[in-house]
Amino acid sequence: MKDTLLEVRDLCVTAGEKVILDGADLTVCPGEIHVLMGTNGAGKSTLASAIMGDPRYTIARGVIELDGEDITHTSADVRARKGVFLSFQTPQEIPGVTLENFLRTAQGAVTGQPKKVLAFRRELAEKMALLGMDSAYAERYLNVGFSGGEKKKAEILQLLMLNPRLALLDETDSGLDVDAVKTVSAGIRAWHNESNALIIITHNAKILEGLDVDRVHILNDRHIVRTGGAELIRTITEQGFEAVKEAE
Amino acid sequence: MAETGRSEIRDIDRSLYDFRYESDPDFQVESGLTPEIVETISREKNDPDWMRAFRLKSLAVYNKMPLPAWGPPLDGLHMENIVTYVRPKTDMRGTWDEVPDDIKNTFERLGIPQAERASLAGVGAQYDSEVVYHNVKKEVLEQGVIYTDLESALHSDQAERIREHFMHLVPPGDHKFAALHGAVWSGGSYVYVPKGVSVEIPLQSYFRLNAPGAGQFEHTLIIVDEGAYLHFIEGCSAPKYNVANLHAGCVEIFVGKNARVRYSTIENWSKNMYNLNTKRAVVDEGGTIEWVSGSFGSHTSYLYPMSILRGEGARMEFTGITFAGNGQELDTGAQVVHAAAGTSSHIMTKSLARDGGVSNFRSSVIVTKDAHEAKSAVSCESLMLDDRSRSDTIPVMDIRCDRADVGHEAKIGRISEDAVFYLMSRGLSEEDARALIVGGFAEPIAKELPLEYAVEMNNLIHLEMSGTL
Repeated sequence: MKDTLLEVRDLCVTAGEKVILDGADLTVCPGEIHVLMGTNGAGKSTLASAIMGDPRYTIARGVIELDGEDITHTSADVRARKGVFLSFQTPQEIPGVTLENFLRTAQGAVTGQPKKVLAFRRELAEKMALLGMDSAYAERYLNVGFSGGEKKKAEILQLLMLNPRLALLDETDSGLDVDAVKTVSAGIRAWHNESNALIIITHNAKILEGLDVDRVHILNDRHIVRTGGAELIRTITEQGFEAVKEAE
Repeated sequence: MAETGRSEIRDIDRSLYDFRYESDPDFQVESGLTPEIVETISREKNDPDWMRAFRLKSLAVYNKMPLPAWGPPLDGLHMENIVTYVRPKTDMRGTWDEVPDDIKNTFERLGIPQAERASLAGVGAQYDSEVVYHNVKKEVLEQGVIYTDLESALHSDQAERIREHFMHLVPPGDHKFAALHGAVWSGGSYVYVPKGVSVEIPLQSYFRLNAPGAGQFEHTLIIVDEGAYLHFIEGCSAPKYNVANLHAGCVEIFVGKNARVRYSTIENWSKNMYNLNTKRAVVDEGGTIEWVSGSFGSHTSYLYPMSILRGEGARMEFTGITFAGNGQELDTGAQVVHAAAGTSSHIMTKSLARDGGVSNFRSSVIVTKDAHEAKSAVSCESLMLDDRSRSDTIPVMDIRCDRADVGHEAKIGRISEDAVFYLMSRGLSEEDARALIVGGFAEPIAKELPLEYAVEMNNLIHLEMSGTL
């Protein structure tokens, strides 16, 4: 049996009075790629945010474990330092902080050891080139005035620079043109290896091309209603969620 | 979340400024304000007759004028307790070695001699009521630049020029504390830059108020002639006492035709200080005044530098940041008068309030009826770091010309919790995340400050990104 990287058991998430996720189970092993699909409002983003430690949500029940360690009630920065990463659907704008300074600070925080400036710059330039990002973006304030596509690329740049063990991508492909989806997908492939894992939330099979999907989970109305192999993606693409909505 | 509690951006570290070496004054007047005290100051300072008369007239104006009725409270300020003139035990010196140790040590801890060696063309240092050190690089003197204390200048060939300019821009009748200044002013700087001369590196005056219960009333008079350029830096600080101290300085800047002046201030008065300061510039045709202002200290501040754009095409830029912490009420802003065609002004300010502090921004934009094609843009942003702190924006506009372009933009907000989570999801602790956001907020101002002050400001607000907040 493979080691488990992420284990979510019976997770119940509330925001205020509202129950958004009611008993989700998820097991992710190193090297795997999981896909979360489902109708709008089914609870996909909430699951990803809760795994990251978003303080807007309350964990009413259940457990989140990383490498067998209970992280259910730790803060987001602790999780990030343990190797969890979330690519946001709507990345925040931080005026006055350049992308480069931010990445250097974040990389130092995650690794506990900031790289030398020159080595860092070299790495940054390489990875920006891989994503086809203009190097001028390094000097721009984080996400400020970035287009939707640029913001998503900047999220993947962060993924590459922080090199997490578990990445959650929340609709990273939404609003991107075909070429940008390809670039993002290439970025993901460049990062993914046998020791890290990926959970992708998407409505679109395009981003999954070239990725070897292991498991697909269908969320509906606060529950994971189906889990299966990559073939589920095809079923949904062709027949819609109605075909898979009911629990087996 | 369980592992971190609520955290805050810490207050400014005052240990940099809050120290004191014992030093007995050479002479000081009784506390309070009477014609006798004003006469004594005038005599001690060996004023010319006109100045003595000017002081007494100002005192009469002071006695007639009411306190301002619109700003932060001044209840804790009792003029009868303020000592308006404290002369340190030294004459003005031209080398630091000649300055008495207690005073020299103070300025060394503030980094003034070091900055002078590294990056300044001249330095003046005032301790309580008198300038104790003044020095200008030879090259600058050779350009014909005059930079000295106002008292020496009053007894030099500049006397007539001073008489023609002194408190003409800020007359004693302007407000009660301008009148007070006219009566008891002491120390400060006089700068004259001749036509066409560009002073490549900055001059700096530093004002230190050391005596408890005292007032500092330095006067800075800057005249920059046609086509000339000057960057002047002003710094000020004081150790903290339990009694109120008062600062009512006055800065008058005359910017000649096509000349440019940049005036940078970092103000770090202690939290027992009433800072009621007046600054004003008048700008001739094609000239430019640039203000860069950082207000961090004092108990209460009233500070609204005014620019009068009287020549065609004159310009002003104001860049300011104000940070109010516990017990502080900082009322700051900028004023501009567009009195000629084609003039332009740009005011950009940021204010921060934390731990119950109050940081208010006031602006006044006046466009006279003949100021055709005048352009003015005001933008102010406030960030409140907790629920106990306050921030307000109070803009005034008086536009009498229908061919003017005037804009005002104000934003008041708090640190976005979504932004904090975003940064924390990248490994930053909550404290570091908040500090990074605040640092970013201040960045557009920080980059305008002279380098050593930008570094100082970052230290002041504890913004080092790897800092231990």
